[in-house]
Amino acid sequence: MLVSLFITCYNDTLFPETGRAVVTLLERLGHTVEFRQAQTCCGQMHYNTGYQRETFPMMRRFLDVFEDAEIVCIPSSSCVAMIRDHYPKMAAETGNRAICERVDELLPRVFEFTELLIDKLGVTDVLASFPHSVTLHPSCHSLRSLHLGQRPRRLLQKVHGLKLIDLPESDQCCGFGGTFAVKNADVSVAMLSDKVRCVLDTGAEICTAVDNSCLMHIQGALSRHGTGVRCMHIAEILAATDSGEYE
Amino acid sequence: MSVRVGEAAQAPDFPAAAKDLLANAQLRKNVRHATDVITNKRAKVVVEMSDWQALRESGHRIKEHVLRHLDYYLDQFEAACTAAGGRVHWARDADEANRIIVEILHTHKASEVIKVKTMTSDEIGLNAALESAGIQPQETDLADLIVQLGNDKPSHIVVPALHRNKTEIRRLFLEKMNLSELGDRPEDLAEAARRYLREKFLRVKFAISGANFAIAETGSVCVVESEGNGRMCVSLPEVLITLVGIEKVIPKFQDLEVFLQLLPRSATGERMNPYNSIWTGLTPGDGPREFHVVLLDNGRTNVLADEHSRETLDCIRCGACLNACPVYRQTGGLAYGSVYAGPIGAILTPQLQSMEHSQSLPYASSLCGACYEVCPVKINIPEILIHLRSKLVQNGDPPISERLAMKGASFALSNSHRFSAAQKLARIGQKPFERNGTIRKLPGTLAGWTESRDLPAIPAESFREWWARRQKSKL
Repeated sequence: MLVSLFITCYNDTLFPETGRAVVTLLERLGHTVEFRQAQTCCGQMHYNTGYQRETFPMMRRFLDVFEDAEIVCIPSSSCVAMIRDHYPKMAAETGNRAICERVDELLPRVFEFTELLIDKLGVTDVLASFPHSVTLHPSCHSLRSLHLGQRPRRLLQKVHGLKLIDLPESDQCCGFGGTFAVKNADVSVAMLSDKVRCVLDTGAEICTAVDNSCLMHIQGALSRHGTGVRCMHIAEILAATDSGEYE
Repeated sequence: MSVRVGEAAQAPDFPAAAKDLLANAQLRKNVRHATDVITNKRAKVVVEMSDWQALRESGHRIKEHVLRHLDYYLDQFEAACTAAGGRVHWARDADEANRIIVEILHTHKASEVIKVKTMTSDEIGLNAALESAGIQPQETDLADLIVQLGNDKPSHIVVPALHRNKTEIRRLFLEKMNLSELGDRPEDLAEAARRYLREKFLRVKFAISGANFAIAETGSVCVVESEGNGRMCVSLPEVLITLVGIEKVIPKFQDLEVFLQLLPRSATGERMNPYNSIWTGLTPGDGPREFHVVLLDNGRTNVLADEHSRETLDCIRCGACLNACPVYRQTGGLAYGSVYAGPIGAILTPQLQSMEHSQSLPYASSLCGACYEVCPVKINIPEILIHLRSKLVQNGDPPISERLAMKGASFALSNSHRFSAAQKLARIGQKPFERNGTIRKLPGTLAGWTESRDLPAIPAESFREWWARRQKSKL
């Protein structure tokens, strides 16, 4: 299968290793990955902060870039949620039928990374090896927008050597919320403190999720307080093998 | 028309109020405990309902239908209520509603009035209006009584004194009820309140209530509660005035079938409320001799006019969104500066006031979606929060620095070459702040992040640069 990777703007800039892991894993599973250089951003930050007008060019760009893609893979549930939940409404707002149709045609081919593996490619055992204790933070968008359910868990359970430890109060938001983390920094940090306490209670070495945005937030506190616990995107764990690191 | 929501217009911004409240460890503990208890109770009685999602959908549809034909159902309610002996008054805003209520009480030379289950009266500042007209209001719902005695503000839609624990309440009762001794068990506190209130119920001849539902078909009013104080309030006095927001009307008596399943389970985690009072006009020889209904707009038609957010008016005031909200669970309700706290307050309060006040409230959410998930009438609160944010942006409300940054980012992100260039620039720009791949301190707005959290530095090679390099090496 030819998988077109939408890396997302913040993964591209801050977490390139997540993209490299996605490429490594999909190629290991026998698929071809392409990366269309014209891609930029889904527009989530603008949209959620109230800058709808500024989001339209990004939606148009996404449509232009990925219109003819066989499959689009996105390693970020919140960006998928943006595209799935909001693009149809934004398109409807334009009153332009052609745009609405373009959105409707593209959406069924857009997959979050773990959705792609399980629903589209039909794999749960990706032949990964990762001999560490791991706890999973189910991000809000993965839970309540994409309804990923057990998908990330099922993938992690098949990883050789991985010890999965349940995260207490796992459905609670980590307090990131995009610009919320800055606009309401005190409340955001209070929420984060609860999340970090739960992560530390598990005793796990690694905290993982399907979103680097939440992980960046959680890591921000884990690092500031010198806990030594590390955050890693789920793709990086699934790409790992006995022979070591991915590309 | 002057729409007023309590003192929300003068309240400090949410971030500032939250900062103060977060420093109150006892309050946070009380809020966390209370919301945990209700959330767990709710989860148990919701999961046992196999048709819960269908019920939510029904609740949503009924409310949607009512809002589309609100004028029709309000007229129908007025006709039916009047035919049953009630008198219906229409109030455009808070001042008009207060004036109507004070006039009714003045006609009877009332000096005291008992009140129950009317958060709407807090919305219009009724107690202050009554006091300045020489009428002493007495709250009779236990939690409202605690708030009133403590000269406090309600912090939750269903459990207004949720921020108080029993030790604090005992101290308050000892002082305000002039008691020499009082135990600290919940039943001791309830008994003290019972004695204190029973005397008022038997003496005061005038009462004001709120309403959970107003039924158009029959002209009936419905109040649900847990204590029985409401039942006494609406049945013992000679004159009863019920204050009803216009969005509370439902078409048929049978619609209660849906709402009386949704509401108690969502609000208090009960299968049914202990007291469900439904009355229709007057009944000679039984209950009040005079019954007034004040139908209140106070900004509700403003909300109705906006197709993107009118479903805010679907709210049946269960408070489930407050208990589920991770922001509310940290700060409690007082941070919202409004009688309506939590996610629903964050969308309702600014809209009632035509977005003229409380502009910080639509941002008081991480958009985690927990509110939408538990809402018994499926109000898509996160969507409406985003919509209200966009209205604020259109009005030019956010600071110029933010608007410029967002415009700049949109410009950079609308073209991949500009985006690559921006990545490279940022990599250079971060140099003074970066150490070992971590940024611990940033200036300006981003200092809000780095004050208590690290940020990863931008690595030397972006994904797109790696990909380009990899493609080249394959050639």
